[in-house]
Amino acid sequence: MKESKTSYTRYQALNRNILFIIIFMSIAPMIFVSITIFYHFHSSYKEKVNAHLGELVLKHKQRIDLFLEEKLDAVTFLLHSSKPEKLLQEAALEEKLAILNGLSPAFVDLGIVNESGLQVAYAGPFRLAKVQYNDAFWLEKALANDYYVSDVFLGLRGHPHFIITTKFTWDSRSWILRATIDFNAFNTLVENLRIGETGFAFILNREGLFQTKPPVEINKEQIPNFWDRNNNRTDILNIENTQPNGDTFIYVASFLKNDDWVLVYRQTTRDAYSDLTRAQHLAIMIIIFAGIIIITLTLIFSRRIVTRIKKTDTEKEFMNLQVIESGKLASIGELAAGIAHEINNPVAIMVEEAGWIGDLLEEDELKSSSNLDEFKRSLEQIHTQGRRCKDITHKLLSFARKTDPSVDDLDVNALIEEVVALSAQMARHSHINIVTELQHDLPPISVSSSEMQQVLMNLINNALNAMEENGGTIKIISKLSKLEKGHIVIVVEDDGHGIPESVIPRIFDPFFTTKPVGKGTGLGLSICYGIINKIGGKIDVSSVVDVGTRFRVWLPYHITDHYRDTKPADQETGEADKTN
Amino acid sequence: MNSAIVLIVDDEIPFIQALSKRLKKREFSITEAFSGSDALRILNERQDIEVVLLDVKMPGIDGIETLQTIKQKYPLVEVIMLTGHGTIETAIEGMKLGAFDYLLKPCEIEILVSKVNEASARKRMHEKKIIEARINRITKKRV
Ligand SMILES: [Mg+2]
Repeated sequence: MKESKTSYTRYQALNRNILFIIIFMSIAPMIFVSITIFYHFHSSYKEKVNAHLGELVLKHKQRIDLFLEEKLDAVTFLLHSSKPEKLLQEAALEEKLAILNGLSPAFVDLGIVNESGLQVAYAGPFRLAKVQYNDAFWLEKALANDYYVSDVFLGLRGHPHFIITTKFTWDSRSWILRATIDFNAFNTLVENLRIGETGFAFILNREGLFQTKPPVEINKEQIPNFWDRNNNRTDILNIENTQPNGDTFIYVASFLKNDDWVLVYRQTTRDAYSDLTRAQHLAIMIIIFAGIIIITLTLIFSRRIVTRIKKTDTEKEFMNLQVIESGKLASIGELAAGIAHEINNPVAIMVEEAGWIGDLLEEDELKSSSNLDEFKRSLEQIHTQGRRCKDITHKLLSFARKTDPSVDDLDVNALIEEVVALSAQMARHSHINIVTELQHDLPPISVSSSEMQQVLMNLINNALNAMEENGGTIKIISKLSKLEKGHIVIVVEDDGHGIPESVIPRIFDPFFTTKPVGKGTGLGLSICYGIINKIGGKIDVSSVVDVGTRFRVWLPYHITDHYRDTKPADQETGEADKTN
Repeated sequence: MNSAIVLIVDDEIPFIQALSKRLKKREFSITEAFSGSDALRILNERQDIEVVLLDVKMPGIDGIETLQTIKQKYPLVEVIMLTGHGTIETAIEGMKLGAFDYLLKPCEIEILVSKVNEASARKRMHEKKIIEARINRITKKRV
């Protein structure tokens, strides 16, 4: 019991090891390869996305720069194409505005502002003539530079716009030509840049103020400072920024308007790399799926291997014990033969001496002895017992001869009688009667007689054990089987204590025994089973508790020519048997 | 019919002694040998031995070997194998080598006596046939 438990854990450990090794060997490389491939895919994909976005942003930046340049060129051209004094007349200014609008509808109005900030002339939809701009933030810059583009502001009109100014000198004083650019016209340039669900663009000035209207509310705090980061003065700036709430954004930025403004494209990484995320999910799912398949297959596979190993081990162990068991029988046989031979010679001498006395008693002078009859009886007794010794020794010798497992034509009945004779002594001690009922003229079977002897000895010993306490009768029958054509059936029946029904299915299992520890190896019946199976026979058992047990052994016979001649009726069954 | 002249060969001296007494009482002429080489020596010295009772298992030259030599040198001498070791193989071998019969020790004296008689009868018959053949040859030559 203890041993079977340790062997159980041994096989469990083996199973675990196989499982672990196979799973490790198959899953580890898979994961390694997957991670490597995914890492490369991931970085190259990101690179590609960033490059694409950079290109887009650059294109838009160029477009915006072009837009501003165009507007500035238009205003400059307008200034240079007309006389300054003419520009101070509103009618002429209206004319110019119409020309500008013909070039681009983005121009809203035109105005001339003097050094002190007074708009001396105005053309446009708003009523801004004679307006004082001396407080306006742009005035100083406009007077300081030849031309100037402002940031977006609401101004007096309360509508977002920005202005382009050009300075000119007339009448030894500085004047400013001011053109307003419609915010919406400018805004559309940036609005067009929309990708995915979260990707959009906007323009910031140095103060971090929005120059265009982003489609969603953006917390200015979240936006990194692009001027600080642009140490390399590159065209395109790529920044990945994680917010405290866990959202990660990619920013692609490009500077415009002489680095005053920055065009920023922003998208959540989740959105930008959504294809990548999908690929990642797919890869993980494939890995998990493959892993499950590998583990399942490995489980089945390792269990199968271990079962097979277990079976082989059991078979090997059983074979070993069988070899030991038959070796034991053989050495017992040798010992018996030696003893038998040693005893036989003295017995022979005793018998001869007794015979000599008998001879002498025939002489006349001794015939008259009054004890003559008693002498004769005594001699007869010596003679009888001597013969008995001879029988025993000869049986032992023939038993020993049969420990050689070579296949031979065997007379089943002779074997039964031999084994019965050997068991008779033990049977007599337990008040057990062995009765045989043997059918004559049974065909010989070609089996090893030592093995058949083992089978019969085992069956008879089992029966003897079953009746040890109360005695009884063992009946041994041999006959041609009616159930199994081409077979001889040997029945060993006892009226002993029987075998419990629960035990019967296991009775031929190796190491199964109902005897107390040390009394039986539990191999007897399984050896019988093995031997009978090997020669193509069959064994079965039926038993009723307290009524008795019956073992039946079917042995295929090999039809000899002699038997075929004497019993032609059985020829067909014999032939059929041979082909089996 | 004259009683047979028998040589008993066995390594068990008491066995030979008892058996030879019993056979002598039954009018056989008995010579004893305690080994195979003993037996061969006696056979060489005495041409009149008709039947040999030969033990199979003996130290030195064993029964089978002795039988071989006897049958080679004195083919007309009949040999009855006598053994405690009743293996069929030795019996078959003995018969193949020309033994007259094969008996298991201890055996009934009556059976032994009849076998010895049969053996000596056969020996005498063979001898007679040989003599007749010789006479025939001689007479034929004369004719
Ligand atoms: Mg001897």
